[in-house]
Amino acid sequence: MTEAVRVRNLVKRYKKTKINAVNDISFSVAEGAFFALLGPNGAGKTTTISILTTTLTKTSGVVEIAGFDAERAAGEVRRRIGVIFQTPSLDKNLTAEENIRFHAALYGLFPFRPIYALMPKTYKTRVASLAELLGIRENIFQPIHTFSGGMKRKLEIIRGLMHRPRVLFLDEPTTGLDPISRKGVWNYLQEVRKEERTTIFLTTHYLEEAEDADNICIINRGKIVASGTPENIRKTLVNTYLQMDAKDRHKLVTELARLKLQPEGNGPFRILLQNGIHPQKIIRSIRTPLTLLNIHLPTLEEAYIEIIGEHHADA
Amino acid sequence: MRTLNAIAIIAFRDLTKLLRDRVRILASVMFPLIFIGILGGSLSANIGTSLGFNFLTFVFTGVFAQTFFQSSAAGVISLVQDRENDFSQELFIAPVSRYAIILGKILGETFVACVASIGVIALGLIIGIPLSAGALLRLFPAGLAASFLGGAFGILVLGNISTQRTVGQIFPFILFPQIFLAGVFAPLSGAPIMLRVLSHITPLTYAVNLVRAAYYTGTPEFGAVTTLHPALNMLILVVLFFLFLIPGTWLFVRKEQNR
Repeated sequence: MTEAVRVRNLVKRYKKTKINAVNDISFSVAEGAFFALLGPNGAGKTTTISILTTTLTKTSGVVEIAGFDAERAAGEVRRRIGVIFQTPSLDKNLTAEENIRFHAALYGLFPFRPIYALMPKTYKTRVASLAELLGIRENIFQPIHTFSGGMKRKLEIIRGLMHRPRVLFLDEPTTGLDPISRKGVWNYLQEVRKEERTTIFLTTHYLEEAEDADNICIINRGKIVASGTPENIRKTLVNTYLQMDAKDRHKLVTELARLKLQPEGNGPFRILLQNGIHPQKIIRSIRTPLTLLNIHLPTLEEAYIEIIGEHHADA
Repeated sequence: MRTLNAIAIIAFRDLTKLLRDRVRILASVMFPLIFIGILGGSLSANIGTSLGFNFLTFVFTGVFAQTFFQSSAAGVISLVQDRENDFSQELFIAPVSRYAIILGKILGETFVACVASIGVIALGLIIGIPLSAGALLRLFPAGLAASFLGGAFGILVLGNISTQRTVGQIFPFILFPQIFLAGVFAPLSGAPIMLRVLSHITPLTYAVNLVRAAYYTGTPEFGAVTTLHPALNMLILVVLFFLFLIPGTWLFVRKEQNR
Protein backbone atom coordinates (compact mmCIF):
# COMPACT_ATOMS: atom_id res chain seq x y z
CA MET A 1 0.00 0.00 0.00
CA THR A 2 1.32 3.49 -0.85
CA GLU A 3 1.94 5.90 1.95
CA ALA A 4 -0.08 9.10 1.98
CA VAL A 5 2.26 10.69 4.48
CA ARG A 6 5.83 9.70 5.18
CA VAL A 7 7.87 11.48 7.83
CA ARG A 8 11.43 10.44 8.66
CA ASN A 9 13.59 11.99 11.37
CA LEU A 10 11.80 15.30 11.17
CA VAL A 11 13.42 18.08 13.17
CA LYS A 12 12.27 21.67 13.47
CA ARG A 13 14.04 24.31 15.47
CA TYR A 14 12.55 27.77 15.23
CA LYS A 15 14.90 30.67 14.75
CA LYS A 16 16.32 32.15 17.93
CA THR A 17 15.37 29.16 20.04
CA LYS A 18 17.59 26.59 21.70
CA ILE A 19 15.31 23.58 21.73
CA ASN A 20 13.73 21.62 18.94
CA ALA A 21 10.00 22.19 18.63
CA VAL A 22 9.86 18.89 16.76
CA ASN A 23 12.67 16.57 17.75
CA ASP A 24 13.42 13.69 15.39
CA ILE A 25 10.02 12.18 14.77
CA SER A 26 9.15 9.49 12.23
CA PHE A 27 5.80 8.07 11.24
CA SER A 28 3.77 7.02 8.21
CA VAL A 29 0.13 7.23 7.29
CA ALA A 30 -1.26 4.66 4.87
CA GLU A 31 -3.43 5.78 1.97
CA GLY A 32 -7.07 6.06 3.02
CA ALA A 33 -6.26 5.74 6.72
CA PHE A 34 -7.48 7.89 9.58
CA PHE A 35 -4.50 9.09 11.56
CA ALA A 36 -4.56 11.20 14.70
CA LEU A 37 -1.70 13.23 16.12
CA LEU A 38 -2.26 13.93 19.80
CA GLY A 39 -0.39 15.90 22.40
CA PRO A 40 -0.69 18.74 24.88
CA ASN A 41 -0.47 22.41 23.93
CA GLY A 42 3.00 23.24 22.70
CA ALA A 43 3.87 19.60 21.97
CA GLY A 44 4.65 20.35 18.32
CA LYS A 45 1.39 19.33 16.64
CA THR A 46 0.78 22.56 14.74
CA THR A 47 4.46 22.80 13.86
CA THR A 48 4.30 19.30 12.37
CA ILE A 49 1.09 19.96 10.45
CA SER A 50 2.50 23.26 9.14
CA ILE A 51 5.57 21.49 7.76
CA LEU A 52 3.42 18.75 6.24
CA THR A 53 1.17 21.33 4.56
CA THR A 54 4.16 23.25 3.08
CA THR A 55 3.69 26.46 5.06
CA LEU A 56 6.76 25.99 7.23
CA THR A 57 10.26 24.79 6.39
CA LYS A 58 11.84 21.97 8.36
CA THR A 59 15.29 22.01 9.90
CA SER A 60 16.10 18.47 8.77
CA GLY A 61 14.50 15.17 7.90
CA VAL A 62 12.25 13.86 5.15
CA VAL A 63 8.62 14.78 4.59
CA GLU A 64 6.69 13.26 1.70
CA ILE A 65 3.02 13.70 0.94
CA ALA A 66 1.52 11.32 -1.63
CA GLY A 67 5.08 10.57 -2.71
CA PHE A 68 6.13 14.20 -3.20
CA ASP A 69 8.71 16.05 -1.15
CA ALA A 70 6.94 18.80 0.84
CA GLU A 71 9.66 21.34 0.09
CA ARG A 72 11.09 20.53 -3.32
CA ALA A 73 7.69 19.69 -4.82
CA ALA A 74 5.52 22.00 -2.71
CA GLY A 75 3.23 22.74 -5.66
CA GLU A 76 2.50 19.05 -6.25
CA VAL A 77 1.84 18.57 -2.55
CA ARG A 78 -0.50 21.60 -2.38
CA ARG A 79 -2.53 20.20 -5.26
CA ARG A 80 -3.08 16.98 -3.33
CA ILE A 81 -3.94 18.24 0.11
CA GLY A 82 -6.85 19.95 1.78
CA VAL A 83 -6.34 21.83 5.03
CA ILE A 84 -8.81 22.79 7.72
CA PHE A 85 -7.04 25.33 9.90
CA GLN A 86 -7.33 25.83 13.61
CA THR A 87 -8.76 29.30 13.03
CA PRO A 88 -11.52 29.69 10.45
CA SER A 89 -10.29 30.75 7.05
CA LEU A 90 -13.57 31.62 5.37
CA ASP A 91 -14.06 35.10 4.03
CA LYS A 92 -16.74 36.60 6.23
CA ASN A 93 -17.66 39.25 3.68
CA LEU A 94 -18.60 36.69 1.08
CA THR A 95 -21.46 34.27 0.69
CA ALA A 96 -21.04 30.53 1.15
CA GLU A 97 -21.20 30.05 -2.60
CA GLU A 98 -18.61 32.76 -3.24
CA ASN A 99 -16.24 31.15 -0.76
CA ILE A 100 -16.57 27.89 -2.66
CA ARG A 101 -16.27 29.61 -6.06
CA PHE A 102 -13.05 31.33 -4.99
CA HIS A 103 -11.57 28.05 -3.92
CA ALA A 104 -12.62 26.42 -7.18
CA ALA A 105 -10.99 29.16 -9.26
CA LEU A 106 -7.88 29.21 -7.10
CA TYR A 107 -7.39 25.49 -7.63
CA GLY A 108 -8.18 25.77 -11.33
CA LEU A 109 -11.23 23.50 -11.07
CA PHE A 110 -13.49 25.94 -12.88
CA PRO A 111 -12.68 29.12 -14.81
CA PHE A 112 -13.12 32.38 -12.93
CA ARG A 113 -16.45 34.12 -13.47
CA PRO A 114 -17.46 37.23 -11.53
CA ILE A 115 -21.02 36.06 -10.93
CA TYR A 116 -22.64 32.73 -10.14
CA ALA A 117 -25.00 32.86 -13.13
CA LEU A 118 -22.01 32.70 -15.49
CA MET A 119 -20.51 29.59 -13.91
CA PRO A 120 -20.69 26.28 -15.83
CA LYS A 121 -23.58 23.93 -15.19
CA THR A 122 -21.34 21.26 -13.66
CA TYR A 123 -20.28 23.76 -11.01
CA LYS A 124 -23.86 24.69 -10.20
CA THR A 125 -24.86 21.06 -9.85
CA ARG A 126 -21.91 20.40 -7.56
CA VAL A 127 -22.70 23.40 -5.35
CA ALA A 128 -26.37 22.41 -5.17
CA SER A 129 -25.52 18.90 -4.04
CA LEU A 130 -23.03 20.17 -1.47
CA ALA A 131 -25.58 22.63 -0.12
CA GLU A 132 -28.12 19.82 0.09
CA LEU A 133 -25.67 17.71 2.03
CA LEU A 134 -25.05 20.55 4.46
CA GLY A 135 -28.70 21.41 4.74
CA ILE A 136 -28.08 25.02 3.70
CA ARG A 137 -29.83 25.12 0.35
CA GLU A 138 -31.63 28.33 1.23
CA ASN A 139 -28.55 29.95 2.77
CA ILE A 140 -25.96 29.19 0.14
CA PHE A 141 -26.21 32.73 -1.23
CA GLN A 142 -26.19 34.35 2.21
CA PRO A 143 -23.07 35.96 3.68
CA ILE A 144 -21.44 33.41 5.93
CA HIS A 145 -21.46 35.65 8.99
CA THR A 146 -25.07 34.50 9.35
CA PHE A 147 -23.90 30.88 9.80
CA SER A 148 -23.41 28.99 13.06
CA GLY A 149 -19.95 27.81 14.11
CA GLY A 150 -20.67 24.19 13.15
CA MET A 151 -22.08 25.24 9.79
CA LYS A 152 -18.94 27.28 9.00
CA ARG A 153 -16.73 24.35 9.92
CA LYS A 154 -18.67 22.05 7.60
CA LEU A 155 -18.50 24.64 4.85
CA GLU A 156 -14.72 24.78 5.27
CA ILE A 157 -14.52 21.01 5.05
CA ILE A 158 -16.65 21.04 1.89
CA ARG A 159 -14.43 23.73 0.42
CA GLY A 160 -11.31 21.81 1.42
CA LEU A 161 -12.65 18.76 -0.40
CA MET A 162 -13.69 20.55 -3.61
CA HIS A 163 -10.47 19.64 -5.38
CA ARG A 164 -10.67 16.04 -4.13
CA PRO A 165 -7.45 16.03 -2.10
CA ARG A 166 -5.68 12.79 -1.35
CA VAL A 167 -4.99 13.87 2.21
CA LEU A 168 -7.20 16.08 4.35
CA PHE A 169 -5.39 17.78 7.23
CA LEU A 170 -7.56 18.87 10.13
CA ASP A 171 -5.89 20.95 12.81
CA GLU A 172 -8.13 20.79 15.88
CA PRO A 173 -11.21 21.12 13.70
CA THR A 174 -13.85 20.98 16.42
CA THR A 175 -12.27 23.33 18.96
CA GLY A 176 -14.87 25.82 20.11
CA LEU A 177 -17.85 23.89 18.78
CA ASP A 178 -20.73 22.73 20.96
CA PRO A 179 -21.16 18.94 21.34
CA ILE A 180 -23.99 18.72 18.81
CA SER A 181 -22.07 20.68 16.16
CA ARG A 182 -19.02 18.53 16.86
CA LYS A 183 -21.04 15.40 16.29
CA GLY A 184 -22.45 16.86 13.08
CA VAL A 185 -18.98 17.66 11.74
CA TRP A 186 -17.76 14.17 12.59
CA ASN A 187 -20.70 12.42 11.01
CA TYR A 188 -20.00 14.38 7.86
CA LEU A 189 -16.31 13.51 7.94
CA GLN A 190 -17.07 9.83 8.34
CA GLU A 191 -19.33 9.97 5.29
CA VAL A 192 -16.59 11.65 3.31
CA ARG A 193 -14.14 8.96 4.31
CA LYS A 194 -16.49 6.23 3.23
CA GLU A 195 -17.29 7.84 -0.12
CA GLU A 196 -14.00 9.40 -1.19
CA ARG A 197 -11.50 7.21 0.67
CA THR A 198 -9.69 10.40 1.65
CA THR A 199 -6.77 9.99 4.02
CA ILE A 200 -7.45 11.97 7.19
CA PHE A 201 -4.72 13.51 9.28
CA LEU A 202 -6.14 14.92 12.49
CA THR A 203 -4.77 16.80 15.44
CA THR A 204 -7.13 17.15 18.36
CA HIS A 205 -7.52 17.74 22.06
CA TYR A 206 -10.67 15.64 22.23
CA LEU A 207 -9.41 12.13 22.84
CA GLU A 208 -12.72 10.48 22.04
CA GLU A 209 -12.40 11.85 18.49
CA ALA A 210 -9.26 9.78 18.06
CA GLU A 211 -10.83 6.54 19.36
CA ASP A 212 -11.92 5.64 15.81
CA ALA A 213 -8.51 6.35 14.27
CA ASP A 214 -6.64 3.54 12.55
CA ASN A 215 -3.44 4.77 14.08
CA ILE A 216 -2.48 7.42 16.57
CA CYS A 217 0.71 9.10 17.53
CA ILE A 218 1.12 10.94 20.81
CA ILE A 219 3.79 13.61 20.90
CA ASN A 220 5.09 15.58 23.82
CA ARG A 221 7.83 18.21 23.74
CA GLY A 222 8.55 17.40 20.14
CA LYS A 223 9.06 13.66 20.66
CA ILE A 224 6.81 10.73 19.91
CA VAL A 225 5.96 9.16 23.26
CA ALA A 226 3.48 6.55 22.07
CA SER A 227 2.15 5.25 18.79
CA GLY A 228 0.00 2.46 17.45
CA THR A 229 -3.67 1.61 17.22
CA PRO A 230 -5.85 3.20 19.91
CA GLU A 231 -6.60 -0.27 21.24
CA ASN A 232 -2.97 -1.20 21.67
CA ILE A 233 -2.13 2.06 23.35
CA ARG A 234 -5.03 1.65 25.73
CA LYS A 235 -4.11 -1.93 26.54
CA THR A 236 -0.43 -1.48 27.09
CA LEU A 237 -0.80 1.60 29.19
CA VAL A 238 -3.92 1.29 31.22
CA ASN A 239 -5.03 -1.77 33.08
CA THR A 240 -8.52 -3.09 33.25
CA TYR A 241 -9.56 -3.30 36.87
CA LEU A 242 -12.44 -4.28 39.05
CA GLN A 243 -13.74 -1.60 41.29
CA MET A 244 -15.64 -2.61 44.40
CA ASP A 245 -16.76 -1.25 47.71
CA ALA A 246 -18.82 -2.39 50.69
CA LYS A 247 -20.25 -0.91 53.87
CA ASP A 248 -18.12 -3.33 55.82
CA ARG A 249 -14.82 -2.61 54.15
CA HIS A 250 -12.79 -4.61 56.65
CA LYS A 251 -14.73 -7.75 55.89
CA LEU A 252 -14.34 -7.20 52.16
CA VAL A 253 -10.58 -6.72 52.43
CA THR A 254 -10.26 -9.87 54.52
CA GLU A 255 -12.24 -11.82 51.97
CA LEU A 256 -10.11 -10.51 49.15
CA ALA A 257 -6.93 -11.34 51.04
CA ARG A 258 -8.15 -14.90 51.39
CA LEU A 259 -8.39 -14.99 47.58
CA LYS A 260 -4.76 -13.79 47.50
CA LEU A 261 -5.80 -10.47 46.07
CA GLN A 262 -4.26 -7.19 47.11
CA PRO A 263 -6.77 -4.42 46.55
CA GLU A 264 -5.49 -0.90 45.93
CA GLY A 265 -6.89 2.08 47.78
CA ASN A 266 -8.79 2.50 51.02
CA GLY A 267 -12.18 2.07 49.40
CA PRO A 268 -13.51 2.00 46.87
CA PHE A 269 -10.98 -0.75 46.13
CA ARG A 270 -9.32 -1.50 42.84
CA ILE A 271 -8.29 -4.98 41.83
CA LEU A 272 -6.15 -5.22 38.72
CA LEU A 273 -7.45 -7.75 36.27
CA GLN A 274 -4.23 -9.27 35.04
CA ASN A 275 -2.35 -12.56 35.13
CA GLY A 276 -5.51 -14.53 34.51
CA ILE A 277 -7.64 -12.99 37.24
CA HIS A 278 -11.24 -13.11 36.12
CA PRO A 279 -13.85 -10.80 37.65
CA GLN A 280 -16.38 -13.63 37.56
CA LYS A 281 -14.26 -15.73 39.86
CA ILE A 282 -13.82 -12.93 42.37
CA ILE A 283 -17.45 -12.01 42.51
CA ARG A 284 -18.49 -15.58 42.99
CA SER A 285 -16.26 -15.89 46.05
CA ILE A 286 -17.31 -12.66 47.77
CA ARG A 287 -19.97 -12.89 50.48
CA THR A 288 -19.75 -9.31 51.80
CA PRO A 289 -22.70 -7.23 50.53
CA LEU A 290 -21.29 -4.82 47.94
CA THR A 291 -22.26 -1.18 47.47
CA LEU A 292 -20.21 -0.76 44.29
CA LEU A 293 -19.19 -3.13 41.56
CA ASN A 294 -17.72 -2.00 38.29
CA ILE A 295 -15.39 -3.38 35.64
CA HIS A 296 -13.32 -0.46 34.49
CA LEU A 297 -12.22 -0.59 30.86
CA PRO A 298 -9.37 1.68 29.80
CA THR A 299 -10.11 4.72 27.63
CA LEU A 300 -7.73 6.45 25.30
CA GLU A 301 -8.04 9.54 27.46
CA GLU A 302 -6.70 7.66 30.48
CA ALA A 303 -3.87 6.25 28.44
CA TYR A 304 -3.11 9.75 27.22
CA ILE A 305 -3.14 11.23 30.70
CA GLU A 306 -0.90 8.44 31.90
CA ILE A 307 1.60 9.03 29.09
CA ILE A 308 1.62 12.78 29.26
CA GLY A 309 1.46 12.82 33.07
CA GLU A 310 4.50 10.56 33.23
CA HIS A 311 6.45 12.94 31.05
CA HIS A 312 5.33 15.96 33.01
CA ALA A 313 6.52 14.26 36.18
CA ASP A 314 9.95 13.95 34.59
CA ALA A 315 10.20 17.72 34.36
CA MET B 1 -4.21 29.71 -17.38
CA ARG B 2 -4.45 28.53 -13.81
CA THR B 3 -2.25 31.44 -12.76
CA LEU B 4 -4.42 33.98 -14.58
CA ASN B 5 -7.49 32.44 -12.98
CA ALA B 6 -5.92 32.78 -9.58
CA ILE B 7 -4.83 36.39 -10.15
CA ALA B 8 -8.34 37.27 -11.34
CA ILE B 9 -10.10 35.67 -8.40
CA ILE B 10 -7.77 37.21 -5.81
CA ALA B 11 -8.24 40.66 -7.36
CA PHE B 12 -11.97 40.19 -7.66
CA ARG B 13 -12.26 39.26 -4.00
CA ASP B 14 -10.70 42.57 -2.98
CA LEU B 15 -13.11 44.51 -5.11
CA THR B 16 -16.11 42.54 -3.82
CA LYS B 17 -15.00 43.15 -0.26
CA LEU B 18 -14.69 46.88 -0.88
CA LEU B 19 -18.07 47.18 -2.56
CA ARG B 20 -19.72 45.52 0.44
CA ASP B 21 -17.99 47.74 2.97
CA ARG B 22 -19.63 51.18 2.85
CA VAL B 23 -17.55 52.58 5.68
CA ARG B 24 -14.37 51.66 3.86
CA ILE B 25 -15.58 53.20 0.61
CA LEU B 26 -16.40 56.39 2.47
CA ALA B 27 -13.05 56.40 4.24
CA SER B 28 -11.08 55.78 1.07
CA VAL B 29 -12.88 58.65 -0.64
CA MET B 30 -12.66 61.00 2.34
CA PHE B 31 -8.95 60.61 2.92
CA PRO B 32 -7.89 62.30 -0.33
CA LEU B 33 -10.56 64.94 0.23
CA ILE B 34 -8.93 65.92 3.48
CA PHE B 35 -5.52 65.94 1.84
CA ILE B 36 -6.45 68.18 -1.04
CA GLY B 37 -9.21 70.18 0.56
CA ILE B 38 -7.64 71.11 3.85
CA LEU B 39 -3.88 70.65 3.51
CA GLY B 40 -3.73 71.68 -0.15
CA GLY B 41 -6.08 74.58 0.43
CA SER B 42 -4.15 76.04 3.31
CA LEU B 43 -0.79 75.60 1.61
CA SER B 44 -2.18 77.16 -1.52
CA ALA B 45 -3.31 80.23 0.40
CA ASN B 46 0.17 80.62 1.86
CA ILE B 47 2.62 79.81 -0.88
CA GLY B 48 0.55 79.17 -3.97
CA THR B 49 0.68 82.66 -5.41
CA SER B 50 4.46 82.80 -5.89
CA LEU B 51 4.87 79.66 -7.99
CA GLY B 52 3.87 80.58 -11.48
CA PHE B 53 1.51 77.60 -11.81
CA ASN B 54 -1.76 76.64 -10.17
CA PHE B 55 -0.79 75.17 -6.83
CA LEU B 56 -4.06 73.30 -6.20
CA THR B 57 -3.77 71.51 -9.54
CA PHE B 58 -0.22 70.59 -8.59
CA VAL B 59 -1.38 69.14 -5.25
CA PHE B 60 -4.32 67.43 -6.93
CA THR B 61 -2.08 65.48 -9.30
CA GLY B 62 0.28 64.59 -6.45
CA VAL B 63 -2.52 63.28 -4.24
CA PHE B 64 -3.96 61.37 -7.20
CA ALA B 65 -0.66 59.50 -7.57
CA GLN B 66 -0.25 59.06 -3.84
CA THR B 67 -3.77 57.63 -3.48
CA PHE B 68 -2.93 54.84 -5.90
CA PHE B 69 0.52 54.20 -4.47
CA GLN B 70 -0.57 54.16 -0.85
CA SER B 71 -3.75 52.15 -1.34
CA SER B 72 -1.86 49.40 -3.08
CA ALA B 73 1.03 49.34 -0.61
CA ALA B 74 -1.34 49.18 2.36
CA GLY B 75 -3.41 46.49 0.65
CA VAL B 76 -0.45 44.22 0.07
CA ILE B 77 0.65 44.71 3.65
CA SER B 78 -2.83 43.74 4.87
CA LEU B 79 -2.32 40.39 3.18
CA VAL B 80 -0.16 39.36 6.05
CA GLN B 81 -2.00 41.17 8.76
CA ASP B 82 -4.86 38.81 8.02
CA ARG B 83 -2.70 35.73 7.67
CA GLU B 84 -3.50 34.31 11.06
CA ASN B 85 -7.28 34.40 11.02
CA ASP B 86 -8.48 35.03 7.59
CA PHE B 87 -8.98 33.76 4.11
CA SER B 88 -5.33 34.53 3.33
CA GLN B 89 -4.19 31.30 4.97
CA GLU B 90 -6.32 29.61 2.33
CA LEU B 91 -4.29 31.51 -0.28
CA PHE B 92 -0.98 30.36 1.10
CA ILE B 93 -1.74 26.66 0.76
CA ALA B 94 -3.19 27.02 -2.74
CA PRO B 95 -1.21 25.42 -5.57
CA VAL B 96 -0.50 28.75 -7.27
CA SER B 97 2.68 30.74 -7.63
CA ARG B 98 3.39 33.19 -4.83
CA TYR B 99 3.84 35.87 -7.50
CA ALA B 100 0.28 35.17 -8.62
CA ILE B 101 -0.95 35.82 -5.09
CA ILE B 102 0.98 39.08 -4.81
CA LEU B 103 0.03 40.24 -8.31
CA GLY B 104 -3.61 39.40 -7.68
CA LYS B 105 -3.49 41.38 -4.49
CA ILE B 106 -1.85 44.37 -6.21
CA LEU B 107 -4.42 44.25 -8.99
CA GLY B 108 -7.27 44.04 -6.48
CA GLU B 109 -5.94 46.96 -4.51
CA THR B 110 -5.59 48.87 -7.77
CA PHE B 111 -9.34 48.49 -8.29
CA VAL B 112 -9.83 49.70 -4.74
CA ALA B 113 -7.59 52.69 -5.47
CA CYS B 114 -9.67 53.45 -8.58
CA VAL B 115 -12.72 53.76 -6.35
CA ALA B 116 -10.83 56.05 -4.00
CA SER B 117 -9.61 58.13 -6.92
CA ILE B 118 -13.20 58.84 -7.93
CA GLY B 119 -13.38 60.93 -4.76
CA VAL B 120 -10.23 62.76 -5.79
CA ILE B 121 -11.60 63.44 -9.26
CA ALA B 122 -14.95 64.60 -7.87
CA LEU B 123 -13.23 67.02 -5.53
CA GLY B 124 -10.97 68.20 -8.34
CA LEU B 125 -14.03 69.08 -10.40
CA ILE B 126 -15.65 70.87 -7.44
CA ILE B 127 -12.63 73.04 -6.68
CA GLY B 128 -12.24 73.83 -10.36
CA ILE B 129 -9.23 71.79 -11.46
CA PRO B 130 -9.33 71.71 -15.27
CA LEU B 131 -10.11 68.07 -16.08
CA SER B 132 -10.80 67.34 -19.71
CA ALA B 133 -11.77 63.88 -20.93
CA GLY B 134 -8.30 63.61 -22.46
CA ALA B 135 -6.63 64.48 -19.14
CA LEU B 136 -8.70 61.83 -17.36
CA LEU B 137 -7.80 59.24 -19.99
CA ARG B 138 -4.13 60.03 -19.42
CA LEU B 139 -4.41 60.19 -15.62
CA PHE B 140 -5.84 56.72 -15.06
CA PRO B 141 -3.16 54.61 -16.77
CA ALA B 142 -0.55 56.65 -14.89
CA GLY B 143 -2.50 55.97 -11.68
CA LEU B 144 -2.43 52.25 -12.40
CA ALA B 145 1.33 52.39 -12.82
CA ALA B 146 1.58 54.24 -9.49
CA SER B 147 -0.53 51.52 -7.90
CA PHE B 148 1.66 48.72 -9.22
CA LEU B 149 4.75 50.45 -7.92
CA GLY B 150 3.06 50.93 -4.54
CA GLY B 151 2.12 47.27 -4.37
CA ALA B 152 5.64 46.15 -5.18
CA PHE B 153 6.96 48.58 -2.59
CA GLY B 154 4.53 47.07 -0.07
CA ILE B 155 5.82 43.57 -0.64
CA LEU B 156 9.41 44.70 -0.21
CA VAL B 157 8.47 46.27 3.12
CA LEU B 158 6.79 43.02 4.16
CA GLY B 159 9.74 40.94 3.14
CA ASN B 160 11.98 42.84 5.50
CA ILE B 161 9.92 43.30 8.61
CA SER B 162 9.21 40.33 10.76
CA THR B 163 6.15 41.21 12.81
CA GLN B 164 2.85 42.80 11.97
CA ARG B 165 3.10 45.13 14.93
CA THR B 166 6.29 46.52 13.45
CA VAL B 167 4.64 46.94 10.07
CA GLY B 168 1.83 48.93 11.69
CA GLN B 169 4.28 51.08 13.57
CA ILE B 170 6.70 51.61 10.74
CA PHE B 171 4.31 52.13 7.84
CA PRO B 172 3.60 55.82 8.57
CA PHE B 173 7.33 56.46 8.88
CA ILE B 174 8.12 55.01 5.50
CA LEU B 175 5.12 56.59 3.83
CA PHE B 176 4.87 60.15 5.14
CA PRO B 177 8.45 61.19 4.37
CA GLN B 178 7.86 59.89 0.84
CA ILE B 179 4.83 62.13 0.47
CA PHE B 180 6.98 65.18 1.12
CA LEU B 181 10.10 63.96 -0.66
CA ALA B 182 8.07 63.05 -3.73
CA GLY B 183 6.78 66.60 -3.87
CA VAL B 184 3.12 65.77 -3.47
CA PHE B 185 2.46 69.08 -1.70
CA ALA B 186 5.41 71.23 -2.54
CA PRO B 187 7.70 71.34 -5.55
CA LEU B 188 11.26 70.33 -4.74
CA SER B 189 12.90 72.18 -7.59
CA GLY B 190 14.21 74.92 -5.31
CA ALA B 191 14.97 72.64 -2.39
CA PRO B 192 18.49 72.03 -0.97
CA ILE B 193 20.58 69.46 -2.86
CA MET B 194 20.32 66.94 0.00
CA LEU B 195 16.54 66.91 -0.21
CA ARG B 196 16.67 66.56 -3.97
CA VAL B 197 18.99 63.56 -3.69
CA LEU B 198 16.64 61.98 -1.16
CA SER B 199 13.77 62.76 -3.46
CA HIS B 200 15.39 60.75 -6.23
CA ILE B 201 15.68 57.64 -4.11
CA THR B 202 12.05 57.92 -3.03
CA PRO B 203 9.90 55.45 -4.99
CA LEU B 204 6.78 57.61 -4.75
CA THR B 205 8.64 60.37 -6.64
CA TYR B 206 8.44 58.35 -9.84
CA ALA B 207 4.73 57.68 -9.41
CA VAL B 208 3.99 61.36 -8.78
CA ASN B 209 6.18 62.42 -11.68
CA LEU B 210 4.47 60.04 -14.05
CA VAL B 211 1.01 61.23 -13.10
CA ARG B 212 2.09 64.88 -13.47
CA ALA B 213 3.72 64.18 -16.80
CA ALA B 214 0.46 62.58 -17.94
CA TYR B 215 -1.62 65.48 -16.74
CA TYR B 216 0.57 68.41 -17.77
CA THR B 217 1.74 67.06 -21.10
CA GLY B 218 1.67 69.76 -23.75
CA THR B 219 1.14 72.59 -21.26
CA PRO B 220 3.52 75.47 -20.56
CA GLU B 221 3.82 74.38 -16.89
CA PHE B 222 5.21 70.96 -17.88
CA GLY B 223 8.84 71.87 -17.30
CA ALA B 224 8.14 73.48 -13.95
CA VAL B 225 6.17 70.61 -12.42
CA THR B 226 8.08 67.54 -13.64
CA THR B 227 11.64 66.80 -12.61
CA LEU B 228 12.52 64.01 -15.03
CA HIS B 229 11.97 63.10 -18.66
CA PRO B 230 8.77 60.98 -18.82
CA ALA B 231 10.45 58.12 -20.71
CA LEU B 232 13.31 57.90 -18.24
CA ASN B 233 10.83 58.21 -15.39
CA MET B 234 8.79 55.33 -16.80
CA LEU B 235 11.89 53.21 -17.24
CA ILE B 236 12.94 53.78 -13.62
CA LEU B 237 9.41 52.96 -12.48
CA VAL B 238 9.41 49.64 -14.33
CA VAL B 239 12.87 48.76 -13.05
CA LEU B 240 11.85 49.64 -9.48
CA PHE B 241 8.70 47.53 -9.83
CA PHE B 242 10.66 44.39 -10.62
CA LEU B 243 13.42 45.31 -8.21
CA PHE B 244 10.85 45.44 -5.41
CA LEU B 245 8.55 42.66 -6.51
CA ILE B 246 10.98 39.82 -7.12
CA PRO B 247 13.27 40.08 -4.09
CA GLY B 248 10.30 41.26 -1.99
CA THR B 249 8.24 38.18 -2.82
CA TRP B 250 11.22 35.92 -2.34
CA LEU B 251 12.07 37.45 1.04
CA PHE B 252 8.46 37.40 2.10
CA VAL B 253 7.94 33.73 1.24
CA ARG B 254 11.20 32.81 2.91
CA LYS B 255 10.35 34.79 6.03
CA GLU B 256 6.90 33.21 6.26
CA GLN B 257 8.10 29.65 5.81
CA ASN B 258 11.52 29.81 7.34
CA ARG B 259 10.59 30.79 10.86
